[in-house]
Amino acid sequence: MALKIVKGSIDRMFDKNLQDLVRGIRNHKEDEAKYISTCIDEIKQELKQDNIAVKSNAVCKLTYLQMLGYDVSWAAFNIVEVMSSSKFTYKRIGYLAASQCFHESTDVIMLTTNQIRKDLSSPNQYDTGVALTGLSCFVTPDLARDLANDIMTLMSHTKPYIRKKAVLIMYKVFLKYPESLRPAFPRMKEKLEDPDPGVQSAAVNVICELARRNPKNYLSLAPLFFKLMTSSTNNWVLIKIIKLFGALTPLEPRLGKKLIEPLTNLIHSTSAMSLLYECVNTVIAVLISLSSGMPNHSASIQLCVQKLRILIEDSDQNLKYLGLLAMSKILKTHPKSVQSHKDLILQCLDDKDESIRLRALDLLYGMVSKKNLMEIVKKLMLHVDKAEGTTYRDELLTKIIDICSQSNYQYITNFEWYISILVELTRLEGTRHGHLIASQMLDVAIRVKAIRAFAVAQMATLLDNAHLLTGNTQHSGICEVLYAAAWICGEFSEHLEDPMATLEAMLRPKVATLPGHIQAVYVQNAAKLFSTVLCGQEGAPADSKVAQETSQLLIDRLPVFVQSDNLEVQERASCILQLVKYIQKLQQKDVEVAEEVTALFAGELNPVAPKAQKKVPVPEGLDLDAWINEPPSGSESEDEGRKTKGKAVFAKEESRHTKPRYTEVDEKELAKRREVRKAEQANNPFYIKASPSSQKVYQEAVGVEHIPVVQIDLSVPLKVPGMPMSDQYVKLEEERREKNKTDRKKKDKKKRREKGRQRRGDSGPESEEDITPAHMVDIVTEEMPENALPSDDDDKDPNDPHKALNIDLDKPLADSEKKLPVRTHRPDEVLKSPIEDAEGLEVTSEPKKKSRKEKKDKESKKDKEKKKKKHKQEEGEDLMEAGSEEPVQSKVTNDVAAQPPASTPEASDLDFWLSNAPVPSDPQEAAAVTDAPPASTPDAASGVAAVVPDSEPEETKSSKHKKKKQKREKDKKKKHHHHHHHSDGAREESVQNGTVEDEEPLPPMSNYALLAENSYIKMMKQDADEVCDIQGNLHDGSQVVVSVIFENKCDSFIKSMEFNVMDSLNSKLQRPEGAGPHDSLTVPFHLPPGISNEARFIFSVQSIVMPQKLKGTLTFIVKTEDSSTHEKLDFKLHFTCTSYLITTPCYSDAYAKLLESGDLKGSSLKLEGINQPFHHLLARICFHHHFSVVERIDSCASMYSRSIQGHHVCLLVKTADQTVSIDAKCDEPGLLRNVLDEIKLTFSQC
Amino acid sequence: MIKAILIFNNHGKPRLIRFYEYFAEDVQQQIIRETFHLVSKRDDNVCNFLEGGSLIGGSDYKLIYRHYATLYFVFCVDSSESELGILDLIQVFVETLDKCFENVCELDLIFHMDKGGFSAAPARAVSAVKNINLPEMPRNINIGDINIKVPSLSPF
Repeated sequence: MALKIVKGSIDRMFDKNLQDLVRGIRNHKEDEAKYISTCIDEIKQELKQDNIAVKSNAVCKLTYLQMLGYDVSWAAFNIVEVMSSSKFTYKRIGYLAASQCFHESTDVIMLTTNQIRKDLSSPNQYDTGVALTGLSCFVTPDLARDLANDIMTLMSHTKPYIRKKAVLIMYKVFLKYPESLRPAFPRMKEKLEDPDPGVQSAAVNVICELARRNPKNYLSLAPLFFKLMTSSTNNWVLIKIIKLFGALTPLEPRLGKKLIEPLTNLIHSTSAMSLLYECVNTVIAVLISLSSGMPNHSASIQLCVQKLRILIEDSDQNLKYLGLLAMSKILKTHPKSVQSHKDLILQCLDDKDESIRLRALDLLYGMVSKKNLMEIVKKLMLHVDKAEGTTYRDELLTKIIDICSQSNYQYITNFEWYISILVELTRLEGTRHGHLIASQMLDVAIRVKAIRAFAVAQMATLLDNAHLLTGNTQHSGICEVLYAAAWICGEFSEHLEDPMATLEAMLRPKVATLPGHIQAVYVQNAAKLFSTVLCGQEGAPADSKVAQETSQLLIDRLPVFVQSDNLEVQERASCILQLVKYIQKLQQKDVEVAEEVTALFAGELNPVAPKAQKKVPVPEGLDLDAWINEPPSGSESEDEGRKTKGKAVFAKEESRHTKPRYTEVDEKELAKRREVRKAEQANNPFYIKASPSSQKVYQEAVGVEHIPVVQIDLSVPLKVPGMPMSDQYVKLEEERREKNKTDRKKKDKKKRREKGRQRRGDSGPESEEDITPAHMVDIVTEEMPENALPSDDDDKDPNDPHKALNIDLDKPLADSEKKLPVRTHRPDEVLKSPIEDAEGLEVTSEPKKKSRKEKKDKESKKDKEKKKKKHKQEEGEDLMEAGSEEPVQSKVTNDVAAQPPASTPEASDLDFWLSNAPVPSDPQEAAAVTDAPPASTPDAASGVAAVVPDSEPEETKSSKHKKKKQKREKDKKKKHHHHHHHSDGAREESVQNGTVEDEEPLPPMSNYALLAENSYIKMMKQDADEVCDIQGNLHDGSQVVVSVIFENKCDSFIKSMEFNVMDSLNSKLQRPEGAGPHDSLTVPFHLPPGISNEARFIFSVQSIVMPQKLKGTLTFIVKTEDSSTHEKLDFKLHFTCTSYLITTPCYSDAYAKLLESGDLKGSSLKLEGINQPFHHLLARICFHHHFSVVERIDSCASMYSRSIQGHHVCLLVKTADQTVSIDAKCDEPGLLRNVLDEIKLTFSQC
Repeated sequence: MIKAILIFNNHGKPRLIRFYEYFAEDVQQQIIRETFHLVSKRDDNVCNFLEGGSLIGGSDYKLIYRHYATLYFVFCVDSSESELGILDLIQVFVETLDKCFENVCELDLIFHMDKGGFSAAPARAVSAVKNINLPEMPRNINIGDINIKVPSLSPF
């Protein structure tokens, strides 16, 4: 043994440490990868040793390799081992490694909970610190929930070092576990006034970060921050606060008014550029929020612009950049004050610094007018030529298009110029923005009718010169423009000068090298062109030979496309080929076909707004989430496959309207339904009908008639041979303007005034109206459905974690909330509906909630309701444990009642503070604000009320037919062994505990079992055993919590429910102090019809070795309109031995030690004929019997659990050929026997 | 919020990398490469802000960097940070490293990556800045000196 140790330490002397590794890598520059792979092999060896020093050295090296890009997730467990070392130097390495490579899906994270908790409460502040720092990087929702309380305690630690870290990490906790925000917030607020400046600024940082995402909830902190702002001298804190105010002012204009003065003072007084800049920024935000009604703030604007000009003129590029950045914010509301600095900004376009040029470009966007657009774009085009092959050029390109197309092409006076600019842009090689140019071409050609002839001519040239675009860079994005070109030429082929030539160009063999989707368009539009050619030819019947030649051309060229490997191209080509062949046959018989062929492509396309479909309001009574038919049990995937296959190409008109059905419905029925639906659609104004009627809609659309349609000014030649030069247009335009000006002078002024009114009145320094567009083109507005819903939330990211943090913080905390919710048995319950805790969190993001639910069926909805309630009750239970008189209170009513008086003072506080603003606010505004904060109250109330319509109507339905006063049926009392019953009402996603493989989805499992039921009420119970204190002594620790769901099944009101259980020697229902041993507990809620709610009851248990059965009664009053009856329901509570077990994670080494100790007595069990997958089996044991998997190797797993009285229970589960053998060890044989019996029962039932 | 701190040398070799949001290793390397390409092209006399890192963040994020001798210090931050503030923060960070390693140079970071790693933890760097009211002048950062002597780092 001693020798081994000596040998080990000698070995270690030869181990590489990090420095050696780094040196080695530097010495092996040529074969670095090889060297590192040998190092990793060494590290793997080192990790196998028991010596923690060796391990931590290995982990340290791994951390370095991780930074170099090597995956080290395989060592996650070793990292955990090093983290749990008692020596700080090792622990630190462990935490560093964990913070670098752990993330939410790292499975060993759940093993760290206890270790981290231990470190957090360590007497050594550095242990705590390192744990906090590490945790901030890899906190998961589970960790956040489990450790929130510990971290909250640390926020009041004596050492500022710890307080600071704890405050900062709370932000991450809030993100992962939004429920903690409300309970923790008061303390966070306190920290704003912490004596230590570090802690204070940490708190400011956290609150600013929170407030940035959901500013309105933090409005009430404004006075506090205002005080900090005027008193603090720490520039870092000031910057954060000023930034925060920038986020708050848009919500409260009066706040802005109050801020302007101190901010201007700061601007004048501070020497710190960063602070000055932030002040200017916030002043701008204030001015934006005030922009409507405050003319006398022009001085502030001037001040800002003037300061920004100084920044921009500064030689420091950083300041220049920031100046431009801030300038672009002013531009939005006060364009005039920026436009006067146009010279400066144009100058910045020539800056050598790309970031600055980009910023200047942004500014240009707002500075163009009808007058200078051409000039500016010309300048930009010069830059485009210079900036060959850079991202900056791409940026320029998009900017040019943005500038030109902004607000519906408002500034473009000459579309021919614009088209030629677009065509010029196509000459850029290697740009990524081909599709952007293409969509602009399409957009202009479709929406500007008058330009089509010109556009078609240009596109034809483009098609003819396609080889220039595709050239050698086949993969470059620019060939996208051919897509647009082909489509425009095809669709508007009547404008083509020489359709035959274009057709020829489109069918060149080289086209086959283009991307598939472009080829498809080529083929389709070749057909359109073909029809045009036929049309033109048959006008002169003598020339039918040409028509036949055209057909022959198609027949010759199309086979290339038929062989395409792109399905779409292939299908279209073969379709059209057959068509043309048929036409050719007819032509040979001298049949007139032109008309028929043209009919194929008749009708005009209208532009439809991109959001049109989304804005169609959902008709009343249509539930998009509901199943049309009951979902099928199996064969779903097969149907799915068929469905998609059918839909892929050219779905039929009808099938597009018909939702895919899962169950077979006979044809007749289908046809009937279709008829009904069509009739409905015809009557439904919201339904977008097929094209003919939609055209009508467009014609009826308001405003179209008011768009003046002016004939094309023929001073501009329509056809430019060869590639166009936009410069020509610039020159022409200038001449034209000159001419117009002189013309205009002669005309009377009246007309001018009229015109000025017609166009949106933005007049530059020189009157804009002087410039008439070359041809005022009717810009066809995009179609929108009638009654389109105004919705602004289109662009919000549904995945933003901050959405869940939109929590009202002004509401006073309910008693139950003062503590953080404690850990429950089924972790993802809370996870799944973090924001739906109706009581504590007022959620305003309704739409999101909806969309989340979308896919879940009703059942899960109902489930959520239950969970919601469960959560609530759980909090109630905390209260109960705290020894309050009332066992469980009715939270819902309490809270709602408590709010109105509470939030109003808050609001009026803020109001009072704001009304002291130097600028008197007008009363209307004030009224609006007093209204606003209390508005949260009805919101909250409706949140609670919303529970009602949501809950499952099914149960009520079943009892609806029964008469109200029908005698109670015989108790359908079923005896249940609770854990293994799949009661459909409370189905829920399984929780796997310890099983992390993603082999197959686990079957749903539920811990709820039917307790008793009659025609009035249904009780379901789940026993969640919980101990007050896990480390607590036996006297306090032996509690079992039973949660019971009460569901009202009749359609009368149920109230005064009283729950009573006959105590046995061993187990007692915990009653409030002073109550007698036989008194019953009042269930803290009433049940309206169809509603279910959950209550929790606590039992104290003496001995946990034996299962227990308790008899109980529930009495309640059924209240109908005219009478009320007293009813009673008997039930039996069955406490199994597993309900005394607590899921406790265990490390494998601790587990091994436990087994080695020899204190445990064994027993074993064999189960035959189990044919479920092993991980299902494990999940079942974990879920129903509260075990956790310690280790799993193939078809063998070790599991662990602990009883509430501290007995260890270890299982070794093996499976082979449908036989499962379980070897078990426990320090209490009686308990073990019973647990095994129960496990056996679980599996015999499934 | 600081989303990532990247330190790499003039050749794009990572010297100290901290991500405060999870990215898989290959994505991390890609981000480093992309950032390096963006940053290395820039002259020393242009501004220290960069937009358009497409991999990390999005439009809300900026790269703010400083170039010291052979090393680039790049901070990826969102709009809640003051740009000039972060520049100062980088300065302070470098000074902190300088204090830890006595005349910090690239090799210090290479050889004491474990220590550097923790001093870059956000809580530390940010709070360091917020406590210290910016120190007088940056000390010279030594380039040529290959100094592998480990200053005895007090536990934080």
